[in-house]
Amino acid sequence: MSEAIEHDLQADTGIGPSEDAGEVKHMNMIEAINSALDVMLDRDDNVTLLGEDIGYFGGVFRCTAGLQEKYGKTRVFDTPISECGIIGVAVGMGAYGLRPVPEIQFADYIYPGLDQLISEAARLRYRSAGEFIAPMTVRSPFGGGIFGGQTHSQSPEAIFTHVSGLKTVIPATPYDAKGLLISCIEDNDPTIFFEPKRIYNGPFDGFYDKPAKSWKGRDDAQVPEGYYKIPLGKARQVTEGDQLTILTYGTMVHVAQAVCEEKGVEAEILDLRTLVPLDIEAIEASVERTGRCLIVHEATRTSGFGAELSALVTERCFYHLEAAVERVTGFDTPYPHSLEWAYFPGPVRIGEAIDKILAE
Amino acid sequence: MAKAGDKEGSNRPALALHVPEPKYRPGDKVDFSHIQVPEAGAAPRPDEACEAKETYPLCDDLIRVLGDDDKAHGPWDPRLDADTLRRMLREMALTRAFDTRMYRAQRQGKTSFYMKCTGEEATSVCATHALAGDDMIFPSYRQQGCLIARGYEPEEMINQIYSNKADKLKGRQLPIMYCSKRLSFFTISGNLATQLPQATGFAMASASKGDSRIAATWVGEGSTAEGDFHSALTFATVYNAPVIFNVINNQWAISSFSGFAGAERATFAARAIGYGMAGLRVDGNDPLAVYAAERWAADRARANGGPTLIEHFTYRAEGHSTSDDPSAYRSAEERDEWPMGDPVMRLKNHLIALGEWSEEQQAKQDAELDTMVKQAQKDAEKNGILGHGLHHPFHTMFEDVFEDLPWHLQEQADQAIREREIKFPEGLKK
Repeated sequence: MSEAIEHDLQADTGIGPSEDAGEVKHMNMIEAINSALDVMLDRDDNVTLLGEDIGYFGGVFRCTAGLQEKYGKTRVFDTPISECGIIGVAVGMGAYGLRPVPEIQFADYIYPGLDQLISEAARLRYRSAGEFIAPMTVRSPFGGGIFGGQTHSQSPEAIFTHVSGLKTVIPATPYDAKGLLISCIEDNDPTIFFEPKRIYNGPFDGFYDKPAKSWKGRDDAQVPEGYYKIPLGKARQVTEGDQLTILTYGTMVHVAQAVCEEKGVEAEILDLRTLVPLDIEAIEASVERTGRCLIVHEATRTSGFGAELSALVTERCFYHLEAAVERVTGFDTPYPHSLEWAYFPGPVRIGEAIDKILAE
Repeated sequence: MAKAGDKEGSNRPALALHVPEPKYRPGDKVDFSHIQVPEAGAAPRPDEACEAKETYPLCDDLIRVLGDDDKAHGPWDPRLDADTLRRMLREMALTRAFDTRMYRAQRQGKTSFYMKCTGEEATSVCATHALAGDDMIFPSYRQQGCLIARGYEPEEMINQIYSNKADKLKGRQLPIMYCSKRLSFFTISGNLATQLPQATGFAMASASKGDSRIAATWVGEGSTAEGDFHSALTFATVYNAPVIFNVINNQWAISSFSGFAGAERATFAARAIGYGMAGLRVDGNDPLAVYAAERWAADRARANGGPTLIEHFTYRAEGHSTSDDPSAYRSAEERDEWPMGDPVMRLKNHLIALGEWSEEQQAKQDAELDTMVKQAQKDAEKNGILGHGLHHPFHTMFEDVFEDLPWHLQEQADQAIREREIKFPEGLKK
């Protein structure tokens, strides 16, 4: 993989421009995603983008801006408002030999497409013994913190991690977003790529009452303009620390980091980046070193991905644990509108859990 | 003002819920005289390049070619040569012979499940003949005739039905859920109507690449109630996709008659009208009419004329599957009273009327096909029958979930092998 920047957990924090990948520019996450799509549309004639409002208009979050003009209407096009149709058509396009990248405008709207994802895309390779595959990447903005109410804020990743045959990927930085998205598009299995929309424009740290930060000036927003990949299934070590391990992904990476900085806690924060396949080696190595583990996600608690992580850590690292594994999550309610910050697993909830783990 | 639930003081009439009910139940005398059976040759045939709306009268009509005199009539006569007709007859008869033998194999415990297509052979065999060999077929579960028409080997089909060690699908799929990329036959799902948007997507991809392949898909009338049907038709009309939707209206979806998919109000072909695509309604037991309608739609699609919805009006002569007992919900007389007859007999009689076939040749062919299927079954049984140990190796269970085996599946594969060693410490008996 000479053209790609390969990252391994120990090597760095996922930041490292390469000469092969072209000029490095500052990009926010939207620009980084747009750049990944641009690079892949250019490299592979089979890459095709489809979704509601993604064509002429460029997407409600602008992730596909300019791409229809550059690559034409048969490569980048708008669709009817039918998630079942969008995913189903993408399965058929994949059977033809295309590499479709459907966008579901909000993760909250993905449910009408579930049968096509779960029973079709995820099972095609298995049921046809490899004759047909579904090399699609479903992009979808997810997560809250934007006053989106219950229909523009959900984090449904655990629905997909529960399905055999799907990969689930969630970036936390512009640099990762581009490298992971390129890996997803080149992957021959169906991949769900959830984009944490709260951090499209800046690394939200959970302190909603303080001024919003932007990606400007951050190393993880220095993004090569060309082609590079971040392998699926590799976590990123965000911070070093020996007091506890924090397993998290998406927006919550930044919230957890801010809380640790504020409290002066030395945590080893792992940004999982890919939930399936999971970087179990990195998780085990870290928890065995620190002996304490906190899991943080924004999604609802019961049967959330944190339950899987907690079970894995308990099964595999039990004799290294100094304290019970803790989960910090959203509450098991629909995402409320006016009480958004009471729902959000913010600094107070995380801080309390850290105190509890460290006290044991 | 009246409040909700307050019946007093209101003069509004009471509403009544309509729950459809089929005309005949077990034991009932059947009279199908209400079914309109137009004269063969009466339906007009618009040009393939016509405006979609020119086809709309045909959505309420029934295209028929073969008349009671066993001759072909009217503008829809596809004028096929005798060799093609004999080939279609042979493949329909093979489909029937295959169904008979596999039904018996299931009853003998050689497999778990089977589905016959008796009475519906024309809707798959003859439709497939109207397509090019590399046009992509997105079947439902009763299209074994498409595979047979494309020359798939009966032994391969039986290997799949037995889930044995030679099954190309590695024993993963329910019997009859075939797949053959080589023959442009897409993997059968089992979840209903999911193949419709997929066929549309394939057709869109073919069009976007400037290719000449089209897609054809099949669905039962009951499954047109699924959202996928409407998504597929919307996408197909929006992008003018080169795709043919074959709705096989065989009157029954397990025990639910076509009224539960809306047949009391409109034909299934009439669904095309709302989408602005071409629609045809054809006698599904008339092999020539099925061929002609499918060919019309294929030629139209290939000339960038867009999608067509074809309703094949037919009758499911047998149960839904080996797990079904139709005598529990419908009259046994229906099958014999069906006014459109039997497609195999109709094509046979047509060939005889043409002087191109005889009862003796038919009897000889039936015997030959029976022997051929029997031999294929014997050959397949050498590779094992379901549940008798001759299956694919254990680890194949974990393959093809993903392109590469991730750690968690590797661990689970190790566990499966450990469990087997615990259960069979001496190793498996030969």
